[in-house]
Amino acid sequence: MAATDIPGGPGRPKASEERLDAIRKEASATGKVVTGAGQAQANAPIPGAEDYYNLPLLKPPTWTWEVPLYFFIGGIAGVSAVIAFVSSIFHADPGMVRVALWIAFVGTFLCPGLLISDLGRPLRFLNMLRVFKWRSAMSMGSWILSAFGGAAFLAMAANEIIIYGIQSPLLPPVRWIGEFLGAVTGLLLASYTGVLIGATAIPVWHEHRRLLPGHFLASGLGGSAALLEFFGFLVPATQILGLAAAGIETLIGFTLELRHGRVEAPLHHGKSGWTMRIAGTLEGPVSLFVRILWRDSAHGRLAAAGCFLVGALCSRYAWIWAGRASAHDPQAVFESQRVVATDGKTAH
Amino acid sequence: MNKAAFLTDATICIGCKACEVACKEWNEVPDDGMIWTGFSYDNTQALGASTWRHVMFLEQPAVAGPQQVDMEDPFRWIFLSDVCKHCGNAGCLEACPTGAIVRTDVGSVLVQSDVCNGCGYCVVSCPFGVVDKRHPDGRAFKCTFCYDRQSAGMIPACAKACPTQSIRFGELEELREAGVARVADLQHRGYTDAQVYDPLETSVGGTHAMFVILGQPEAYNLPPAPQVPTIYLKSAWTSALISALALVAIVFLAFLL
Repeated sequence: MAATDIPGGPGRPKASEERLDAIRKEASATGKVVTGAGQAQANAPIPGAEDYYNLPLLKPPTWTWEVPLYFFIGGIAGVSAVIAFVSSIFHADPGMVRVALWIAFVGTFLCPGLLISDLGRPLRFLNMLRVFKWRSAMSMGSWILSAFGGAAFLAMAANEIIIYGIQSPLLPPVRWIGEFLGAVTGLLLASYTGVLIGATAIPVWHEHRRLLPGHFLASGLGGSAALLEFFGFLVPATQILGLAAAGIETLIGFTLELRHGRVEAPLHHGKSGWTMRIAGTLEGPVSLFVRILWRDSAHGRLAAAGCFLVGALCSRYAWIWAGRASAHDPQAVFESQRVVATDGKTAH
Repeated sequence: MNKAAFLTDATICIGCKACEVACKEWNEVPDDGMIWTGFSYDNTQALGASTWRHVMFLEQPAVAGPQQVDMEDPFRWIFLSDVCKHCGNAGCLEACPTGAIVRTDVGSVLVQSDVCNGCGYCVVSCPFGVVDKRHPDGRAFKCTFCYDRQSAGMIPACAKACPTQSIRFGELEELREAGVARVADLQHRGYTDAQVYDPLETSVGGTHAMFVILGQPEAYNLPPAPQVPTIYLKSAWTSALISALALVAIVFLAFLL
């Protein structure tokens, strides 16, 4: 290679120590010299001993808008099946039993649709029933949803045939079995979603694993009662259920405000934090006070029901967004593991 | 039966990224984005669906081992090739609802692409943030431990390409001992903060990809006490059961009153 082939072209000085010295002199003459320690520059992205450029340690949840909506609808459908079973035992308004069975049944159509739509490969949805794994909440959820679908269909169909007027001694027991299985699987459906996100590596989720199933169940309870009220069943039972759910959500809202560590940060700050607060206020205190203050007014009850439904829906989105924010914060991961370490043992 | 393992040594790595390239070429892993981060020479940032080896570049104001000069303003540049840990108790494997993720005969954790339906539960169940969903493919991907090469009697592409033997591939227990010996040697030579990263004491139960590092694991975005998320199942299900019973009681009361 000839000297003139060196990058920079002919006539330019050769790349050499002399050339570097010339550049240094030129830079020093024009004042374009940075003095001092390079690694100590203000705002320099030098990682400390505490994390790696503050880059996320965990992967954020990839779930899209379908999954929180599924949590919301699945909770309502599941608890509706419980209400249908219990009200059927107490020979409550057959009209309300019928609507509750229909809410559960419609849920069994919407839920799988939403979940399949969220899959990266929707056509492979049947792979969900390829194995049965106790240790995977997602696998358990697939089986729970399938069982719930069968039970809700059985109860709804038997009930409709009885209402149509076909007489058979077999029908009432079949309906009872459908209602009973629907109630059992419905309870699981409305609560397992809390286990699903509680048993993950995301700090804000697993640190609330004891709270989440009850939180989601209460949301399902209030949502189901609210929906029945919107269908015109402004009976004492739905009022009591609405009060209970709003009361529980108020307590849960207060509990969430108590802890302010790095792990809980997504519950208090940013998009997830504010959505969580507003949603919690709506389904908690707002719904509760509206229900108490205007207990004798149909409009008051419907307003409380509406507040609860909106709050419950938004709170599911807030929990998913909180998980995303938590995964992006490596310090939250470290903090949650320091807590385990100081306990001296893991949470076996 | 022999269990395969990696021992990746930060004190030998020169940051050439040959492992990243070899992995991409052999496994036909697609482009993972061209981003200039300004984080030293690390423009890869993290492991992911299309990044199965990731060379980290740490710039630390600390003394490099037996360094004698420049003690007032110390500086060290550390490189480490990160990879899927192939955990003893793997969160992704436990979470997978389709059985797509399996334990292979060499002890590694493998995502079977022909079964995975992209539910995304493994993504939130990995305590190391390794496995991820690839867009627009839709399925989850991560390091395969070059299972195809191992089945054909070859060593993984990254270990084969590593020019300094920073990435060692071999039998798990042998490499575990080699890691301890290496750290003892480093300590003896003045690298007092050298340690093996292999979380044996936590519920993850050790990994098939161990690391020799300088300083604390947090600086490498390695969790100090990673837990397999299945340990949270018992308390979460217990809470679900109690809540469910309470709910049934409430509904009964509502219709009784």
